Amino acid sequence: MVDKKYQFNPIKDYDLSKEKLLKMYKDMLKIRYFENKIIALYSKGLMPGLAHLYIGEEAIAVGVCNNLTERDFAVSTHRGHGHLIAQGCDLKRMMAEVLGKEDGYCRGKGGTMHIADFSKGILGANGIVGAGIPIATGSGYSAKVRGTNQVTVAFFGDAASNQGTFYESINMAAAWKLPVIYVCENNLYGISVDIRKVTNTKNLATRALAYDIPGVVVDGNDVLEVYRVTKEAVKRARQGEGPSLLECKTYRWKGHHVGDPGRVYRLEKETKEWMTRCPIKTYKERLLNENVATDKELFLIEENIKQVVEEATNFAIKSSYPKEKEAFEDLFTEQEGGK
Amino acid sequence: MRKITYGQAICEAIDEEMAKDKNVIFLGEDIEVLGGNFRATPGLYEKYGGWRVRNTPISENSFTGLGLGAAITGLRPIIEIMFCDFMMLAGDQIVNQIAKIRYMSGGQARVPLTIRTTMGGGRSTAAQHSQSLQAIVCHIPGLKVVMPSSASEAKGLLKTAIRDNNPVIFFEHKMEYNKTYEVPEEEYTIPFGVANILKAGKDITIVGTSTQALKALQTSKELTKEGIDAEIIDPRTLVPLDRDTIIESVKKTGRLLIIDEGYERCGVAGEIAISVLKDVFYYLNAPIERLTTANVPIPFSPALEFSLIPDENKIFQKVKDMVLG
Repeated sequence: MVDKKYQFNPIKDYDLSKEKLLKMYKDMLKIRYFENKIIALYSKGLMPGLAHLYIGEEAIAVGVCNNLTERDFAVSTHRGHGHLIAQGCDLKRMMAEVLGKEDGYCRGKGGTMHIADFSKGILGANGIVGAGIPIATGSGYSAKVRGTNQVTVAFFGDAASNQGTFYESINMAAAWKLPVIYVCENNLYGISVDIRKVTNTKNLATRALAYDIPGVVVDGNDVLEVYRVTKEAVKRARQGEGPSLLECKTYRWKGHHVGDPGRVYRLEKETKEWMTRCPIKTYKERLLNENVATDKELFLIEENIKQVVEEATNFAIKSSYPKEKEAFEDLFTEQEGGK
Repeated sequence: MRKITYGQAICEAIDEEMAKDKNVIFLGEDIEVLGGNFRATPGLYEKYGGWRVRNTPISENSFTGLGLGAAITGLRPIIEIMFCDFMMLAGDQIVNQIAKIRYMSGGQARVPLTIRTTMGGGRSTAAQHSQSLQAIVCHIPGLKVVMPSSASEAKGLLKTAIRDNNPVIFFEHKMEYNKTYEVPEEEYTIPFGVANILKAGKDITIVGTSTQALKALQTSKELTKEGIDAEIIDPRTLVPLDRDTIIESVKKTGRLLIIDEGYERCGVAGEIAISVLKDVFYYLNAPIERLTTANVPIPFSPALEFSLIPDENKIFQKVKDMVLG
């Protein structure tokens, strides 16, 4: 259940420029509108497969990725749209991929669960729970060997924290002080399974103790708090001090995917309470109440995003489907390797 | 020509590639001061240091996945999985991640990753340390699969594997490490997808994977005494498979025996047979046959273990049956 008294720190405490504050608002809205559009496309039968929605969890991706550059890396999950959008990926190519089109990021071979944008450091969303954690760890190892100060973020959910990869990978990252930030998006449910019923610890971040690395619990619906704790973790990582584990408490508003009402295994009261803590609505109120932006400014931002999402959708709908012969492309590269 | 062991040949291949390319790293269990469980790669840790040659904890799935993460971000890792039996612990990373990330990303990812592992029975290490699981990885699109026979083959093929920009599973036969072979001193590589005809012959084609090619070659001397002239082919790589060389050979000999140490069911031998059958059908003088390990786990007692693994005696008998009827 959510805390009865829900409070935020004053925005000025975070010492962020207006530009940055509004960018984060914009990023969150982009995710929300993009995914609402997916629901619409899905209901019209335009989208094949499944769509795992991030609605309600936007503050995490946005708070985390706003600490990264395009040279850094992130490994995403099956619920990955938010991570990609927050990292600045192209909505047109994302939407085209979601619809299985030729212009999609993966030329229609990955779909919603596997969107990747290597040019932005997104090493792929993943359909296997917990599988991205070792990949992110290897990306961190690579940065260390190559002598760069790149950091890697591993996004994963509460359920992934019970996979062996979580223990195995964080153990290695801690032993070798790898520049990796492990971001657990604890939305309380792995499909229908309540994490509180399959795990004894109240806070998953306490597992960091086992590896002697920082473990931080943060309000995953407060974009500025997520931003702040990630900033610390990124700083540590860049300075060679090793990995951190961040547990962002949040809630998935929708079911496991579009089509799952998400009601059988959760109390409606719980869902409604969490929805009062909408990361976008509460942030908007703070921006207005603390005179960071005017109603009109925020209105214009929102109108612009609606349009951008609309354009992406039209682009994706107009894009062609890949040709059958393309099923046989992209398996191996013929490009010569080595030196 | 100078003679070195199979293990030394493996070590030279890694050493040469590491010296040439600073992005080549080598990770696995017990590879630092021990030089690997089979002592094949001593000295590399001392030479290249702890970041490029790294002992991992016993976490096969995650250190294999770590290799993938390093491969897609600019390094060229070699991951050692001590026994291919342990490769099953890394099943998700190998089958669902490494084999698929390039394809799923629409060709964005490049995966220059070599997984070295060991296969084969003969050491009385029973059912969990003696398997030959090449068929399992051959089944998965997106992986190249290499099975070298001798030391010189192992060296040339491993260098090609390390330089390849795709994931390669490299099976070393664990009974080979201490055997001595002629290996050229000058640098060389062996391309994938080109089978090696170890001996030309006219009566039967024998395709042997890994050391089975050498066992077949050894057996061919005895067969000659029986008046049987066998052609011996080492396919070298199972993915890609050089079908053409096998097909041309069978068209000439009219008979095909495939020997593989993996289990028979859904195995490599059966796959090679069906993949050439259509092209050689009207040239066959006898049904295609296979010699493999029966569909039972590898037992501990040598009395049982050796009864299962294809060897010179079994090859001799099988070929005689096929040719002389």
